[in-house]
Amino acid sequence: MLVQRPKLTFWERLYLPQVLQGLWQTLSHIPRKKFTRQYPEEKPPLYGKYRGAPELVRDPDGRVKCVACQLCEFVCPPKAIRVVPGFRKEGASDASVEKEPSDFIINMNRCIFCGFCEEVCPEEAIFLLRDFSVSGYSREEMQFHKDKLLELGGVREDKIQKWKNK
Amino acid sequence: MADNTVNLTIDDKAVVAPKGMNLIEAAKLVGIEIPHYCYHPKLCIAGNCRMCLVDVGMPKLGADRKPEIGSDGKMVVMFGPKLVIGCNTTVADGMVVLTKSPKVVKAREGVMEFLLINHPLDCPICDQAGECRLQEFSVDYGKAESRFVEEKVHKPKKTALNAKITLDDERCILCSRCIRFMRDVAGQDCLGFIQRGSHSTLTCYLGNEPKTNYDLNIVDICPVGALTSNDFRFQQRVWFLKQTKSICPNCATGCNTVIWSREDVVYRQTPRDNNDVNQCWMCDYGRINYKFINDPHRLTTPSVKSATLGQRVNLTWPEAIRQVVDKLRAAKRDSLAVIGSARATTEELYLLKKFSPSFAAYIPRVGTGDNFLLNTDRNPNAAGAMLTGFSSDYSVIADGIADGKIKTLIVLGEDAIVPELLAKLELLIVLDILPGKTTEAAHYILPGVTFAEKSGTFINAKNRIQRLNPAIPPLVGTKPEHLILSALLAELGGKRYATIQEVFADMTRDVPALAGLNLSKIGDSGVEVKS
Repeated sequence: MLVQRPKLTFWERLYLPQVLQGLWQTLSHIPRKKFTRQYPEEKPPLYGKYRGAPELVRDPDGRVKCVACQLCEFVCPPKAIRVVPGFRKEGASDASVEKEPSDFIINMNRCIFCGFCEEVCPEEAIFLLRDFSVSGYSREEMQFHKDKLLELGGVREDKIQKWKNK
Repeated sequence: MADNTVNLTIDDKAVVAPKGMNLIEAAKLVGIEIPHYCYHPKLCIAGNCRMCLVDVGMPKLGADRKPEIGSDGKMVVMFGPKLVIGCNTTVADGMVVLTKSPKVVKAREGVMEFLLINHPLDCPICDQAGECRLQEFSVDYGKAESRFVEEKVHKPKKTALNAKITLDDERCILCSRCIRFMRDVAGQDCLGFIQRGSHSTLTCYLGNEPKTNYDLNIVDICPVGALTSNDFRFQQRVWFLKQTKSICPNCATGCNTVIWSREDVVYRQTPRDNNDVNQCWMCDYGRINYKFINDPHRLTTPSVKSATLGQRVNLTWPEAIRQVVDKLRAAKRDSLAVIGSARATTEELYLLKKFSPSFAAYIPRVGTGDNFLLNTDRNPNAAGAMLTGFSSDYSVIADGIADGKIKTLIVLGEDAIVPELLAKLELLIVLDILPGKTTEAAHYILPGVTFAEKSGTFINAKNRIQRLNPAIPPLVGTKPEHLILSALLAELGGKRYATIQEVFADMTRDVPALAGLNLSKIGDSGVEVKS
């Protein structure tokens, strides 16, 4: 295909008006409000339904809500979750739940923050909270285990405590 | 033959069923499922779950005793005023059965609602989830929402029925399959219901816990999660597990099984239907005895006992094969003996026999049996060992070693000859999976694999040849025995077999009883061998 070059006028060939126009654009930004954020010192504001890294939560009584049903492991598209099922301690206050994860591993290298685990969880035990910059110095460090996930997740206030009066 | 069959119609499909068959089985013939809980093809009929309700009618007969034809040109069918249960209604000539009529759908919804009223919301912690009939039928035939607002009835949870089984009474739907199995099949009348109405509870009399060798079958037939196996409890969810058809290697009955595995771990074994062998049951002894597959002490590298270093030295596979072949070349053929395990596959034994024309024996293994599934012969493949030329009299080999007639011995997965005799040997090559006295004495150890990691065949006590399939890959560092043996044979100038099929093809040529067979002909359910 043959492209016809447009015929430039005298002013256009001179180039100066365009240079001045660009310069004006630059100068006009100087007095305006600053756009750049000094991350990581300055954190961005997160809106209400923000989906960060998936974390495990406890109920108001401090009980681990997860019962190791492994549905999140099943639904996880990048296979980032691995649950090792185990038993609740005999005689403990939450012994009626019978089952809990003896370990719960999320590979944060793999996690795509899709939220399927939160959606599928029948116990409302895993939530995508507000941590968005998970980092570590090694791959091993990016495997978040049960204790770390529970610490990050904290306590979730909710009214329904299904296992309380079992 | 026509006298023994009846013609009927199920959901507009013509069915020819044998006389005396019930409607659930007749519907199965044409691929129609009538949902049911209490009915089990191998147990007597209880008819208490009411899930298999169907609409049954007969053609209306005119004064001439012939079916009346309606104005639309079709036969007029008179349906009963009430629905009947499919499990306890036998087929009859001309019968018309509807399994999806509005009346039936409504009835099933009702039954499902009743069953779910007191059922706890335990699915996330219930081992049955994923293979639960209540979950399945609730999706297929139930309602989405519960109208029940009252307090559910609470019953004992997490009780130990016996050492092997945990009973959760809240989950029980009172189908009584376990009661009937223990009474009629296992032969111990121990389970029963106490209380009435929605408080009915499955239990056993104190001191009369199930104590047969078949208890774990009630876990299989329990349609819900009321009975769960302690061995499998909270180990893994069933939807992650891969099912591989296999054979139980613990006695000569050769029960057909399914191995449930995930990645490299075997989690459980369950029986597989085969009416010619084990119906749909298996004994607990065989079911539980699979732990050695994932034993942390498994042998994982070929090794040589070094005379100069005075200790065991690990070898790579090519190096091990080369050294063993060199040693075997130097050994005299008539002073070489082989001991094959009758727990090994027929193919392995066939290859092993090729090393020694004169001395070949297997170790008999006898235990107490019952008259049901557990055989007194605890070797799964004694018939295969005999067919491939092994004798059960291994004292000949022990005597041969004592006399000094036998100087070289190849042992495949056995631990029977006393160490004092083994010490007399010039060369001892052992193929095994776990360390033992024989591997300790061995000059060369070649680590093999378990039954769950290999292909092959077993021939059971009734001369039925059945197939093993690999459920998990061989443990890192090990090799299937038939590949080890064929690698050795190839180096010694024999044929190199790349696949189990090639070994089997050669074996059918040399063993007349197996003539004309191949692995696909054996299939999943096995075939009888001419003996």
